[in-house]
Amino acid sequence: MPFLNFLYKPKNELEKGGRAVAPVQEDQGEPEKTCPNCHMAIPVSRIWANANTCTCGYHFRMSARQRISFITDKNSFSEMFTDVVSSDPLGFEGYAEKLETVRAASNENEAVICGTALIGGRKCCLFVMEPNFMMGSMGSAVGERITRTFEYAAEHRLPVVGYTVSGGARMQEGLVSLMQMAKTSGAVKRHSDAGLFYLTVLTDPTTGGVTASFAMEGDIILAEPGATVGFAGARVIEQTTRKTLPKGFQKAEFLVEHGFVDAIAPRRYQKSLVAMLLKMHCGGEA
Amino acid sequence: MTMEAYEIVKKARSSGRYTGIDFIKGIFNHFFELHGDRRFADDSAVIGGLAYLEEQPVTVIAIEKGHNARERMQRLFGAPNPEGYRKALRLMKQAEKFKRPVICFVDTSGAYCGIGAEERGQGQAIAENLCEMMTLNTPVITVLIGEGGSGGALALSVADRVYMLENAVYSVISPEGCASILWKDSAKAPEAAECLKLTAKDALSLGIIEDMISEDNIDQPEFFSELKDQLVHELGVLKGDPQLLDKRYERFRRIGRTE
Repeated sequence: MPFLNFLYKPKNELEKGGRAVAPVQEDQGEPEKTCPNCHMAIPVSRIWANANTCTCGYHFRMSARQRISFITDKNSFSEMFTDVVSSDPLGFEGYAEKLETVRAASNENEAVICGTALIGGRKCCLFVMEPNFMMGSMGSAVGERITRTFEYAAEHRLPVVGYTVSGGARMQEGLVSLMQMAKTSGAVKRHSDAGLFYLTVLTDPTTGGVTASFAMEGDIILAEPGATVGFAGARVIEQTTRKTLPKGFQKAEFLVEHGFVDAIAPRRYQKSLVAMLLKMHCGGEA
Repeated sequence: MTMEAYEIVKKARSSGRYTGIDFIKGIFNHFFELHGDRRFADDSAVIGGLAYLEEQPVTVIAIEKGHNARERMQRLFGAPNPEGYRKALRLMKQAEKFKRPVICFVDTSGAYCGIGAEERGQGQAIAENLCEMMTLNTPVITVLIGEGGSGGALALSVADRVYMLENAVYSVISPEGCASILWKDSAKAPEAAECLKLTAKDALSLGIIEDMISEDNIDQPEFFSELKDQLVHELGVLKGDPQLLDKRYERFRRIGRTE
């Protein structure tokens, strides 16, 4: 009865037809990152809360430490071989200075972090490559750390989980870094011949000498969505063949299609997937 | 800075050099070529087959660049596709089964760089070779005769002995590639060649290879007969070695080792 409206006493601000609910203000000072896939600017805290993924499903790169805290059980990671660091075997011009700057900027002393950890309660050896350290390139120290990880795992009968991200062999160490491909492959092979499990997760980007050695030698190979995985660089192929590359060339999905990767592992359920695979290979009941 | 290294790079690439076929003809008898990887195709950049080294049957694998423009086109300039590496691995496995030693001649600017090569898993093919060669239970000797380009060359060089010709090069990246990545200028390749330490002398001092083969008498028939004698002698040493595989592992294990 509209004419009796004056008798009705509004109970709250909204019934008064009063002010709208104030929108929650985003913290103005917080830095944002633009997603290269959906072009939305997202505050970094929300990206972090979401395991470094965008709401559209795009996977941002992760530093090695972030990845370790993401994939391992809480406080279970213990790092090994931290004393193995690159020297400058060739005396390559500018390399020693470069190493110093990169060490300071990335807060790491090499491009891979190795150790033992629990994943879903299962003990394993873990190596995680660091994209912020010369793009995870493999020099003598990276090769040595990974080789030692496999030797340690073979000795203690542990499975190995490896996260790869790399631009390939580190050219400043020349032939010494090239030989790391053979060295790590040898260690993988020995570990494998001992009947032990090796799982690789290829992340963006895995290329060159790392693809052509331990990244492709896993018993099971997973890849993160949209990760670039290949041997030769896409730009180099385009320049030498003068052909336009097909859409999605060298992406993780392309590798699944061509039979070189077992499955795509989005971060949403990556940890439980890795844990399940470890359990299946290490005598766990379903 | 002298530009000696880049002069050697040029020599290693020059078209007048002996290619894989010349070494096979010069050293072995009754070479019989075997084709195909049994999976996809036969790669013309890799030649493999059976031959006699003096009295003993061996498996020979060579990356062949070709002598003239037509041959080079056909051989893809000595850049193997994944099927080339898989063919090589098939022949090596066969050699293991029949207890034949394996001798490889490597001359490549690198694994073939193309769409098809990536689709068929160039990286995986090389990785598999590295793994399997490490435990191949038969002696393996590799001779780098020209260019030894990166992973493409290493995929046939996980051997018990690796020799390099005096004017061969062995490198993780081409000097041009290195210069364009580091200094955004591929014209600085001579400097990069110097920095990369890619000559046989450098490789020898870094402990990457066992011996450097002199090219002083490369035009004479003694060149091949001397190399043949060296191969025969080394195979004799390797054949009786019960710790062959441990030594091969250790050969690579010690490179870049820190204590």
